[in-house]
Amino acid sequence: MPHVLHSVRLLGVGVLGVTLLSGCVANNPAASHTALTVDSSATNCAVSANEAPAGSIRFSVTNSGDQVTEFYLLADDGRRIVGEAENIGPGLSRDLVVQLDAGRYFTACKPGMAGDGVGKAEFTATKTDAAATVDVERAAQIDSANSDYAVYVSDQIDQLVTGTDSFAAAYMNGDDDTARSLYAKTRVHWERVETIAESFGDLDPKLDLREADLEEGQDWTGWHAIEKDLWPAEAEAGFEAYSADKRRALTEQLVADTQTLHTKVQGLSFTLSQQTNGAIGLLDEVATGKVTGEEETWSHTDLWDFQANVDGARVLYDGVRRLLLQTDPDLAASLDTEFASLQTLLDAQRVGDGFKLYTDLTPAEIRALADQVNALGEPLNQLTAALVL
Amino acid sequence: MTRSLKNSSSRPYRAESGNESSDTFSAGPTSARGLSRRGLLSLAGAGVAGIGLGVAGERAAMASSSASGSASASAVYPFYGSHQTGIVTPAQDRLHFAAFDVSAGTTRAELIELLQDWTIAAASMSAGRDVGEYGAVSGPYDAPPEDSGEAQGLPTAGLTITFGFGPTLFETADGVDRFGIISRRPAGLTPLPHFPGDDLDEGRSDGDLCIQACSNDPQVAVHAIRNLSRIAFGRAGLRWSQLGFGRTSSTSTTQDTPRNLFGFKDGTSNIKAEEPEVVTDQVWVSVSDGPAWLAGGSYLVARRIRMTIETWDRSFLSEQEAVFGRTKGSGAPLSGGTEFTEPDFVLAGREDQPLISAAAHVRLAHSTQNKGIKILRRGYNFVDGNDELGRLEAGLFFISFQRSPAQFTAVQLNLAKHDALNEYIRHVGSALFAVPGGIPDGSFVGAALFA
Repeated sequence: MPHVLHSVRLLGVGVLGVTLLSGCVANNPAASHTALTVDSSATNCAVSANEAPAGSIRFSVTNSGDQVTEFYLLADDGRRIVGEAENIGPGLSRDLVVQLDAGRYFTACKPGMAGDGVGKAEFTATKTDAAATVDVERAAQIDSANSDYAVYVSDQIDQLVTGTDSFAAAYMNGDDDTARSLYAKTRVHWERVETIAESFGDLDPKLDLREADLEEGQDWTGWHAIEKDLWPAEAEAGFEAYSADKRRALTEQLVADTQTLHTKVQGLSFTLSQQTNGAIGLLDEVATGKVTGEEETWSHTDLWDFQANVDGARVLYDGVRRLLLQTDPDLAASLDTEFASLQTLLDAQRVGDGFKLYTDLTPAEIRALADQVNALGEPLNQLTAALVL
Repeated sequence: MTRSLKNSSSRPYRAESGNESSDTFSAGPTSARGLSRRGLLSLAGAGVAGIGLGVAGERAAMASSSASGSASASAVYPFYGSHQTGIVTPAQDRLHFAAFDVSAGTTRAELIELLQDWTIAAASMSAGRDVGEYGAVSGPYDAPPEDSGEAQGLPTAGLTITFGFGPTLFETADGVDRFGIISRRPAGLTPLPHFPGDDLDEGRSDGDLCIQACSNDPQVAVHAIRNLSRIAFGRAGLRWSQLGFGRTSSTSTTQDTPRNLFGFKDGTSNIKAEEPEVVTDQVWVSVSDGPAWLAGGSYLVARRIRMTIETWDRSFLSEQEAVFGRTKGSGAPLSGGTEFTEPDFVLAGREDQPLISAAAHVRLAHSTQNKGIKILRRGYNFVDGNDELGRLEAGLFFISFQRSPAQFTAVQLNLAKHDALNEYIRHVGSALFAVPGGIPDGSFVGAALFA
């Protein structure tokens, strides 16, 4: 399914604040943070205080100028960005929440988003008992997580290409039994890295569009178009099996588009926020499409996709888990527990090397899976705020 | 009739002296059909000859002396006028919307009679009176009350009742012209096209007739639909209906902009009653548009839009604001200013990307991005319990009024293809109705169509 938002998340919006917040819904207004205001005008960057206790600090930045502005919190070298609020339109306010260690920092604004900025001033986070220490190995660990994930994506797409070739050959030759047996198994390689594949806006609809998402007059290609032909029993009355020509055209397009995808993922690298947001995006896919049985309308192999999305999210989480243990061990513990509970529920539905069909699940089993997706989703969606520098 | 027999037999005292009830029963099916045709009003007065469609019960008078002195409670909008109410009327807080199918076998004359009965009852309720000559509690003791009675003592709270005619009233899916009106069907009154992502439930879509009842008191709106559907028994039956509990648009500059269930202000740049040129240009069907019977009317589009609340609630604030293109707090466009500042779709921020992204809802829905097209939105929030997965069955019951269905289709196609919001919503119900113009006192809704 095409989801514009994932590509926005993945490629666009880097939330760059140092926001090492704890991993639960903020329902405790008594939790202590220091609230400061920043007035970003054409000529100044007035912060309401030039020091605050180390820990959680909220800068409420108001743009009183007439240009788009940004607010920066810089390290004591005056250069490295510790946190920023970007793209603040004239007259608007935006909050930057950071967790600061004790030490010296600088604040500055950049009206017009160009040049050296205005109002650069010293800011001190004063020592408290609770202040954390900086892990100097952190940068190296982030690099390692990034490159490991790039290898994973590349490997999954390699397997997708191989699997698609076999599937395509069987379907084109009219060996429908073999094609059906390869369908879900091959698609798992797509679903594991679905958010990456979806970030190439034009490829996703060509490869993974559901019939309901078609626009009038639009050509339907990709996996689900073939799925319907392979499982015609539940198609609408009057559905006619595809001609040999149509089979050939669909097959050739599928193979070619998959090859294009393969080319596009070579040499990709991923920022930390792209990884954490990717994990979140994969679980959203489960919540909106898989747990409802809407993804695989005719084959009902939704649980294969479900597991594959979870696999992909789990790989992303495992890649950053060491980092998370340093900054928010409670969130890590919560994610460990919820991932394991979800896996237990999925394992209970395994049959052979696959899964029960969605249509064979009882309402209670579906409900339990849906509840556990929510249970995992809530802490998982804190991951970016808890980790990203 | 089976029911009256049961009731009688379970009440020995009444049965003993209940000549009316045995008379009524022995009158047989023809008579029963006749009663039904006359509507509930005459049914309630069984045994009393010559009851017309009178009105009773001075609810308005009672209301005016009630404790509630607020404008929203005391507002009364006259039913008769040059346009139907409930369109540019300042959007009330509550909705009960109902779509009906005309019953099999109903004739043209019976349909006209239904529309006459509905008109009189709607006018009565809009004025704060009960339905029927005797109303809720003043009629014959051995007859069902004409009015169901749950609105007794309540002010109208701005009740409006708006009627519409669906495409199938003119021609069924099988091509049958049941009422001899196919030649009067407006060219634009054809089912809406399939939009990408549509996941429509037939049971929540379409219909021969519709009634939109709006009030600031939910019980008053429900009372209206309940009594109008009772009046229709035997001639038309409910196909689907929808309650809405919080308006999501303002249709007057005197109203604050409300919030949808995503927590965002919605409808900031909606058409307002105080912009008569825009209303004339975008909402009312003109004489030259045709057909003549629809002049002064409009087209109503209803879409039941389910929100994936749970996924939305755990999305980042940055993403939520990017999706809408407005701030969640004040509702100002991300290009700056305050709520009513015009969005600047060009103003760029980092990496020369526009502050209001290409897929932002406010951009795609804005008239400047849709060749000047505007529609008058009049939707409501709904929460109908939860689904089998434990998710809130919640969303937006979208209603819009426009001069031509093509206005809606153009904007919705743009949204369905590109809107970032599609990640969190799904259209599950859809309907289109032609809303006749205003009803002169003494006439009935759709009189010109059947003239």
